[in-house]
Amino acid sequence: MTVDSLHHTVAPAEAGPADPTLVQLLTPEGQRRGHPDFPLEIADDDVRALYRDMVALRRFDVEATTLQRQGELGIWAQVLGQEAAQIGSARALRPTDMVFPTYREHGVAWCRGIPPEDILQLFRGINFGGWDPAAYHVAPYTIVIGAHALHAVGYAMALQREPGNDSIAIAYFGDGATSEGDVNEAFVFAASYRAPVIFFVQNNQWAISVPEIRQSPIPLYQRAAGFGFPGVRVDGNDVLACLAVTRAAAAHVRAGNGPYLIEAFTYRMGAHTTSDDPTRYRLAAEVEAWKLRDPIERVKAYLSRSGAADADFFTDVDTEAERLAERVRAACVTMPDPGPLTMFDHVYAAGSAMLDAEKAAYAEYLASFEEA
Amino acid sequence: MAALALARALNLGLRKALEANPKVVIMGEDVGKLGGVFRVTDGLQKDFGEDRVMDTPLAESGIVGTAIGMALRGWRPVCEIQFDGFVFPAYDQIVNQLAKLHYRSGGRLRVPLVIRIPFGGGIGAVEHHSESPEALFAHIPGLKVVACSNAADAYTMIQQAVACDDPVIFFEPKRRYWERGDVDLDIPLEDAFPLHAARVVREGRDATLLAYGPSVRLALDAAAAAAEDGRELEVIDIRSLSPLDWETVHHSVRRTGRCVVIHEAPVFVGYGAELAARVTEQCFYSLEAPVLRVGGFSIPYPPSRLEEHYLPDVERVLDAVDRVFAY
Repeated sequence: MTVDSLHHTVAPAEAGPADPTLVQLLTPEGQRRGHPDFPLEIADDDVRALYRDMVALRRFDVEATTLQRQGELGIWAQVLGQEAAQIGSARALRPTDMVFPTYREHGVAWCRGIPPEDILQLFRGINFGGWDPAAYHVAPYTIVIGAHALHAVGYAMALQREPGNDSIAIAYFGDGATSEGDVNEAFVFAASYRAPVIFFVQNNQWAISVPEIRQSPIPLYQRAAGFGFPGVRVDGNDVLACLAVTRAAAAHVRAGNGPYLIEAFTYRMGAHTTSDDPTRYRLAAEVEAWKLRDPIERVKAYLSRSGAADADFFTDVDTEAERLAERVRAACVTMPDPGPLTMFDHVYAAGSAMLDAEKAAYAEYLASFEEA
Repeated sequence: MAALALARALNLGLRKALEANPKVVIMGEDVGKLGGVFRVTDGLQKDFGEDRVMDTPLAESGIVGTAIGMALRGWRPVCEIQFDGFVFPAYDQIVNQLAKLHYRSGGRLRVPLVIRIPFGGGIGAVEHHSESPEALFAHIPGLKVVACSNAADAYTMIQQAVACDDPVIFFEPKRRYWERGDVDLDIPLEDAFPLHAARVVREGRDATLLAYGPSVRLALDAAAAAAEDGRELEVIDIRSLSPLDWETVHHSVRRTGRCVVIHEAPVFVGYGAELAARVTEQCFYSLEAPVLRVGGFSIPYPPSRLEEHYLPDVERVLDAVDRVFAY
């Protein structure tokens, strides 16, 4: 590692998929690999299901991006390139495990059964999260990038206090969030209480325009050691590795061994959000290099090469994805705006006479136009 | 009835809350073995165990953030922030998360969490230990903000705050911790004075003094002094800063026609500004004089050798009273 103290830039000793510590079970060319610590036995059916998930997610993501460009969504946070990290990890969880996502976890939400159109409500400005967190075991999306890591730890501490409950919590966040105080406090609390929580960092290399290497002179997964729990770096574009590593982490955490950090080494192929312009701060060559590690293409190559799927399968998956896109589009553009007085609802669980008075006054004001 | 110091009344109130609901947990720095720097949680860990009275790592955002997570799983955490000035590392969690999770989730998530904050000056402390940040919390929708001023209220209000389904910022007047008052320890919670009601603590016809927390004692002292000059001042303990029990204030000021607001925080954009604005807006035709405010200056809380100049005292309150009678 070299440090340029004048410009505060850091050149990492290594930073990439060539890293020998990177857990990989499926190469970019679609070849299966073994790993002594993270073995994975998986049926072809299940690999096909993972592929189907990823294709659906990508198609949904493309449709949502288009909807934003057409003015139907205020903003959209693309997940392009991170499909394997999200699908692989989320498919390793039990339905009763509690997920604390940031705002880009559309693949995780998909795996938990949240209808994609419900996710769009936040980005369309209908509400702040269109699903029931208790029903899906997914907390609302968190815009403040590290805050929910603490909620996950607290939730895990609560689970610890429930005899016989071996559910766990998992916090998803990006490499940028690891610079936040809250994430570091979450690490401290989780370690102190040996809380059953997984920290799943999607290192997509860029915190808007700030590269990960400016934020951390050491690989992110190595930070866990400083807090006293295991950390591992997995190829975030390898859905099988993400599944295997998260399964292992979940088993470790579930058994009462305390927290676990997973760094999924991946890449944000799109912009941070639709308001961002990544061409201002990153090189096209970098994007091109990562295209060769596409998480979907490598599964497709594996399925084709191994004979586990034929052309009809891929056509069917694409057709399903198209239908999903049509459904999502129709649901999005026909979503009615909420009534104005609903903005006063749910501020307090136990109500507030002061707020009731404000609501009543505004209702009267609105009604005065109808009478006029 | 028992004559108890305010801090002891809080301790017994917390004990009642822990007994009443096994989901109540207390968490914070030094709240366990030490019993808190003001001993408000003294003896609770010994009786309820380390799982329910937790000495946490020293990280305020961590305390509040993990408490939110516990509340989301159905627990009722009571967090202690050691001193007012230390709440700011947790401010993001309080404002962006705690206050909004019920709203953000469309009412599907509840966060019944109490954050106890010893506030105000007058104890000769070093910096960051004598702040009055209440307006910063009362301004945030989704939070309920209360301040106790005496032992009897402290005992019931803390229990009511723990039982509340909304997040409650619970301000404790640290310079009144050792003041004693009669406390009815057997009062059923449902019979106690409501958490979000203001209370007329001294009746009077000539002017209304509005105060809360540590300033209520001051207002009562000023009213007693004014009575010697033949002025009968009504004193209202606001108790709940948000929501505000406007009716009690309104009825009083309409009757007296004069109003002085007292608090320790800087007057500029302080909680008193809200009270003065409301009184002016809604009692305009009853007022004989402008609403005056007595409070801290627009400076950081000064070194303790100067705090007697910073904090409102009886003379400054009476000076304001004189001015509202001069119109």
